[in-house]
Amino acid sequence: MLSEAETDALLLSLKVSFWSLLFALPVAIALGWVLARKEFRGKLLVNAFITLPLVLPPVVTGFVLLILFGNQGWIGSWLKAWFGIEIAFRWTGAAVAAGVMAFPLIVRPIRLSFEAVDVRLEQAAATLGAGRWRRFATIALPLAMPGVLAGAVLGFAKALGEFGATITLVSNIPGETQTLSLAVYALLQVPGKEGAVFRLTLIAIAISVLAVVASEILARRARRGLTVEEKTGNA
Amino acid sequence: MLDVDVRKRLGETALDIRFESAGGVTALFGRSGAGKTSTVQMIAGLMTPDAGRIALGGRILFDSAESTDIATPQRRVGVVFQEGRLFPHLSVRRNLLYAKAAGRNGRFGGRFGVVVGMLGLEALLERKPVTLSGGEQQRVAIGRALLSEPDILLMDEPLASLDAARKAEILPYIERLRDEAGLPVVYVSHQIDEVARLADRVVLLSDGSVAATGSVDEVFTRPELMPLTGRFQAGAVLGARVAEQDVAGAMSRLAIPGGSLWVPSVPLPVGSAIRVRIRARDVSVALEKPDRVSIRNILPGTVRSVTESDGPFRTVAIAIAGETGESRIAATVTANAVRDLELEPGVAVFALIKSVAMDRRSMALPPRDEIVT
Repeated sequence: MLSEAETDALLLSLKVSFWSLLFALPVAIALGWVLARKEFRGKLLVNAFITLPLVLPPVVTGFVLLILFGNQGWIGSWLKAWFGIEIAFRWTGAAVAAGVMAFPLIVRPIRLSFEAVDVRLEQAAATLGAGRWRRFATIALPLAMPGVLAGAVLGFAKALGEFGATITLVSNIPGETQTLSLAVYALLQVPGKEGAVFRLTLIAIAISVLAVVASEILARRARRGLTVEEKTGNA
Repeated sequence: MLDVDVRKRLGETALDIRFESAGGVTALFGRSGAGKTSTVQMIAGLMTPDAGRIALGGRILFDSAESTDIATPQRRVGVVFQEGRLFPHLSVRRNLLYAKAAGRNGRFGGRFGVVVGMLGLEALLERKPVTLSGGEQQRVAIGRALLSEPDILLMDEPLASLDAARKAEILPYIERLRDEAGLPVVYVSHQIDEVARLADRVVLLSDGSVAATGSVDEVFTRPELMPLTGRFQAGAVLGARVAEQDVAGAMSRLAIPGGSLWVPSVPLPVGSAIRVRIRARDVSVALEKPDRVSIRNILPGTVRSVTESDGPFRTVAIAIAGETGESRIAATVTANAVRDLELEPGVAVFALIKSVAMDRRSMALPPRDEIVT
């Protein structure tokens, strides 16, 4: 049903999204908690910096990433020297671009849900002998879980569809960096490929819908027991 | 045991709190804004005093002179908050075991069943906090604090958010806790009936400092403190014993020092110790002994003092003296009555107390150690 190239693009997209989320999510949780709970100098600046990928033209973000992560870049040369990881024109670079672009979307719901957790519950946990980490792991994080899931799904969807920064950082190499969106773009350049474009589009829509539904179910499960179920019927 | 001496500035008010608690139940009593909750938070380490010292059983919890400030998890101070603060995502069982999961184990560690039984929580264990009534939530909160094996239990108006029926449901559990757990308790409240029922000693707070400390009977009977204890709540708390049961009339006679009182039937054997609160507004004063009157309790006494109260009211302190000792009670009367009856210290009077005014809520079992003596 799908050609080999189309399957490659689909699997690559899933791989890129998975790895970008794996690295972005823990950082986003930590940062979301810090922004919700701590007051410090330069908080506004940190906030603005996190939001940048959302407002900058994606091509510009991609170019900045190319400067940082290129083989001569600060981070790129360091990654290559210490871990042997190459970023530029590799699928790893696509994951970096996707993760950076998705980051603001992941942080925001997480931060909001940490802000909604009642600090007084953590005080109560402290009187019961729980230290800082235990309070975070057993009270704050579980109660903020709906926000974490929402952030993860938004981030996953964004990573899946990322285009501008990705093509700037890693170009459009079939089998290496050609994700679903890049494949659609490439196919559109060629006459007579409308059928393939249509198939990939349907797949993109299906994955996105699945992700959103899954997150709704997970969030509902996380919320269950926290609120009384609405009583229906005898009005 | 608990030794508090702290100062803290909070906006407009400056707190300067000094008191000691040797054990048993110590009530922190005062109007809202008097500094009760802040005091509890400073003992628990949830608020840092500007200066001072807090010691618990020889352990220094806070000392500004030596820069000592033990973190809350290491203080071993159990707290029952006004709003319960149960963890909404955990079952009742996991709420109760939270402290154990956090690594504490000791006095109540192997006594999960004892605490659950004492607070009547058996049927609630698998439920989520949101499905519990207010009273049930507070019982779970008490159990959770007990199972953290604290060296002291702080209860910050644990009944304030409950209606009268829920209060009545939970008070017996707190009485059992006082008598069975053998744990010092600091009980914050602005309700005299709760304090009279539960506490051994009272620390009376007013505008951020300690206005008086003493036994419950003493503090609530001192006329000069009545502006702080509240006119309508004011009254005497007397230690009594059941002296006689009138089964036919459904009445009981209580022996108090210097006299006796007829009250609605108390379901206790003759000789049992009991504590009775007589509200000042339920006491009238007469110069001659009235006959042909419905009031059952007519006690001869002597006026000790007449104190200004707010508005048209005056508080008259009356000593009831007899062979069995002396009791102090208080009567709230109008200024006009004081003038017409020429009430002043030394005047012989009769205190009239309606039996009807002393309902179940006016009476309580005293703390266990008081029964022993």
